[in-house]
Amino acid sequence: MNRREFLRRVGVGTAAVGATILPGCSPKEESYADAYSADASDIPTDKMTLRTNPSTGDKVSLLGFGCMRWPTVKGESARDGAEDIDQEMVNRLVDTAIAHGVNYFDTSPAYCRGLSEHATGIALSRHPRDKYFIATKLSNFAPSTWSREASIGMYRNSMKELQVDYIDYMLLHAIGMGRGMEEFNARYIDNGMLDFLLAEREAGRIRNLGFSYHGDIRVFDHLLANHDKYKWDFVQIQLNYLDWQHAQGNNTNAEYLYGELEKRGIPAVIMEPLLGGRLSKVHDHVVARFKQAEPDRSVASWAFRYAGTHPGVLTVLSGMTYMEHLTDNLRSFCPLKPLTDEEMQFLYDTADIMMQYPTIPCNDCKYCMPCPYGLDIPAILTHYNKCVNEGNVPESAQAENYRKARQAFLVGYDRSVPKLRQANHCIGCRKCVSHCPQSIDIPAELARIDGFVEKLKQGTL
Amino acid sequence: MLRKIRIGLAVVVWIAITLLFLDFTGVAHAWFGWLARIQFLPALLALNVGVVMALVVLTLLFGRVYCSVICPLGIMQDGIAWFGKKARRNRYGYSPAKNWLRYGVFVVFVIALVCGIGSLAALLAPYSSYGRIVQNLLGPVWAWGNNVLAYLAERAGSYAFYEVDVWVRAWTTFAVAAVTFVVIAVLAYRNGRTYCNTICPVGTLLGILSRFSLFRPVIDTSKCNGCGLCARNCKSACIDSKTHTVDFSRCVVCMDCVEKCHQHAISYTMRRRPAAVAEPSKQKTAAVSDDARRRFLGATVAVASASALHAADKTVDGGLAAITDKKKPERRTRIAPPGAVSLRHMAQHCTACQLCVAACPNGVLRPSGDLLTMMQPEASYERGYCRPECTKCSEVCPAGAIKLVDKADKSSIQIGHAVWVKANCVPLTDGVECGNCARHCPTGAIQMVPSDASDPDSVKIPVVNQERCIGCGACENLCPARPFSAIYVEGHEVHKYI
Repeated sequence: MNRREFLRRVGVGTAAVGATILPGCSPKEESYADAYSADASDIPTDKMTLRTNPSTGDKVSLLGFGCMRWPTVKGESARDGAEDIDQEMVNRLVDTAIAHGVNYFDTSPAYCRGLSEHATGIALSRHPRDKYFIATKLSNFAPSTWSREASIGMYRNSMKELQVDYIDYMLLHAIGMGRGMEEFNARYIDNGMLDFLLAEREAGRIRNLGFSYHGDIRVFDHLLANHDKYKWDFVQIQLNYLDWQHAQGNNTNAEYLYGELEKRGIPAVIMEPLLGGRLSKVHDHVVARFKQAEPDRSVASWAFRYAGTHPGVLTVLSGMTYMEHLTDNLRSFCPLKPLTDEEMQFLYDTADIMMQYPTIPCNDCKYCMPCPYGLDIPAILTHYNKCVNEGNVPESAQAENYRKARQAFLVGYDRSVPKLRQANHCIGCRKCVSHCPQSIDIPAELARIDGFVEKLKQGTL
Repeated sequence: MLRKIRIGLAVVVWIAITLLFLDFTGVAHAWFGWLARIQFLPALLALNVGVVMALVVLTLLFGRVYCSVICPLGIMQDGIAWFGKKARRNRYGYSPAKNWLRYGVFVVFVIALVCGIGSLAALLAPYSSYGRIVQNLLGPVWAWGNNVLAYLAERAGSYAFYEVDVWVRAWTTFAVAAVTFVVIAVLAYRNGRTYCNTICPVGTLLGILSRFSLFRPVIDTSKCNGCGLCARNCKSACIDSKTHTVDFSRCVVCMDCVEKCHQHAISYTMRRRPAAVAEPSKQKTAAVSDDARRRFLGATVAVASASALHAADKTVDGGLAAITDKKKPERRTRIAPPGAVSLRHMAQHCTACQLCVAACPNGVLRPSGDLLTMMQPEASYERGYCRPECTKCSEVCPAGAIKLVDKADKSSIQIGHAVWVKANCVPLTDGVECGNCARHCPTGAIQMVPSDASDPDSVKIPVVNQERCIGCGACENLCPARPFSAIYVEGHEVHKYI
């Protein structure tokens, strides 16, 4: 047997072994050597962990597809810039997701500069209606949409864009934001919209009614106190290992929110399990910690497994822009390997460590955008956070890496944010403040960053 | 050998000076800044007696070495002429001096300087012309090259290169530079140093001195066989091979003839006896280039769509509001950079070489379009403002037009004052809080006060304390009102310390 013959035989043998092991049965940990590969061929198609909705009996995939960050033709998240959504890529993402058991798709009339529902509708309408659940929201944030007619118009338009005649999961969108109870009443009570939605549920055009919550806890408590009256089928909350006990701004700890839902047996839909990537783009020290514990898995996978480990969770939403996001998540949920108590504690300890880094709790959700004065707020905050995590925010000019850090901060700033959209153009009109689900005092943070930039430029740090 | 030394020195000097105009990082200036200061006209205008005396002595000793190895415009012409000589060998010939023209231009130049018509002087001066050409024509190419590197660096995760704006500061100056370059290039390609011996006032002045220079190329009539090869290779057209004489006032001591002569009849030696200056025997019409093409550049003005800034009602997530470009306000008095002392001082000393314009990292300085001060720098704040930590223009100015200032001076020299334009002010037009001018004023000259004195809760508007304002333009540049700011700077004729 010559060398070529030997190699051929060995090759055939290896391929045969691979073919028998990979599809179907649960793959071994070793096959995750490249857990970030977009190639989904190693992921089983029938192992998605499912959770049952107690009110309708829906078998919902534990991984839900968030449609807030669809890719554009330029290859970035559709909330950046002005490019069209890459429909072909959206279709591919949806097809791959459905093929692997994902059946919950969460969108809103406001997402992706208002383009998300349309794109989601196109991609999903190519599949049988009973293969997927659609979740959308009544996103009547603007005072011009508070009237009953405008709100109903928005609701009907969602059905049209999504090409459906009923909606599986309907949400009151982001209650508690802005001026709390007052704004909630204006959006849903005074105009009779909540009664309208309850009637729609009665009529079967809405199968599940719920709400998503950010901000003022009084609105959350008020709605749950009236659970007997409204019979919430589900509630969407922000839950992750950082927010469990370290909720920032005037947001509420997830421990409380989840506990309140569990008490009443209401399934929780989880948003921001990764804080818009903030739990994957972490400080190098934290990355090292995760990789030491599980070298083959992504940092993000920890956050998803954390959210999924809670038994009262119906589905965990992830806004997946790239195929790599999807495959990484599928590897976490097909099936879910729940975290052990030690691993949970490990994450809480990690959260304590992360709280020591002065990042700004911006999840790049872009609710603050567009800024009327042209600033790119999320880009500024994200750049700042990136520099914090990479150690490029020097304390003083005496810092060891001052010159390098200064160059990285300033040059990177100009690259990430065009000059006319930088923090020094913030006039403090505060229009953005009420839009931020994380309750960040955006003008104050921008003024702080601007002050830091000035000190770097003038060499007075 | 002498020729090789000359070429070697010239290339080094030329590259270094060119870098001064191209480099925007300030590194080149640390090393070669002195090369700009030993240029004749800047030194003269800066009243730099030492340099002027040194150049006079140099010329009296060795002839117009300055024109061959120090003047960047002269070296550039040699470079272009080299291509001309490759196209056709032995292309030159003797022509008599056009004294009426060169002395005429010289007189006009002196009058322009004395009368303070800086634009005319700048048009004729060699160093200014060169600076203009490099800054306007070569500068954008250099910056684009840098931006390509910045693009690659960004992708490689390096912060070694950063992107810079490429923009034409003033179209008039750009056009002047382009025409100057084309005219000089055509003249140099065809006839070598025509410009230096007919128009250049520095060449004329040094020519008067070099008539009496100690060292000079002389033809040994005992060796000369009258072949005329030297004359046909003399870019200054100053060798009359028939009479064996060299017009030393036009000779730039390039040593080409010394090397070219097969008989070794020409040598660069000390004068022994007064040589007779060649009298023009016959009038040869120099080929004055008339095909210098003017390049008219269509000003493609990319007008940004002035879509409404105020997306008051938020309905969807994401997206960026359009930003209208700022427009230059009509200033009654133009603004000179700190260190310029006064508008008059600037007009009297500036050679309009564009070195400061090229060095300004904030997009503030650009050549003036005013007839009398054409091409001299002035400040405007549509693209940036005169930042407190920056003193670049004062560091690079070779002519003393912008005197050296340090950071402390920078925030205390008053070059103008801010003026509030009520009609544009955002708190009044949009009813929102602002105060961006006050927040960014480096001297604290602006404070926000209630617009209605009787109502402390009324929207706040800026008031300017002109005594504390230095005119840096931070307020004007960062004002959210567009295209015209609600606060702008009026220049001061005379700068003062506050």
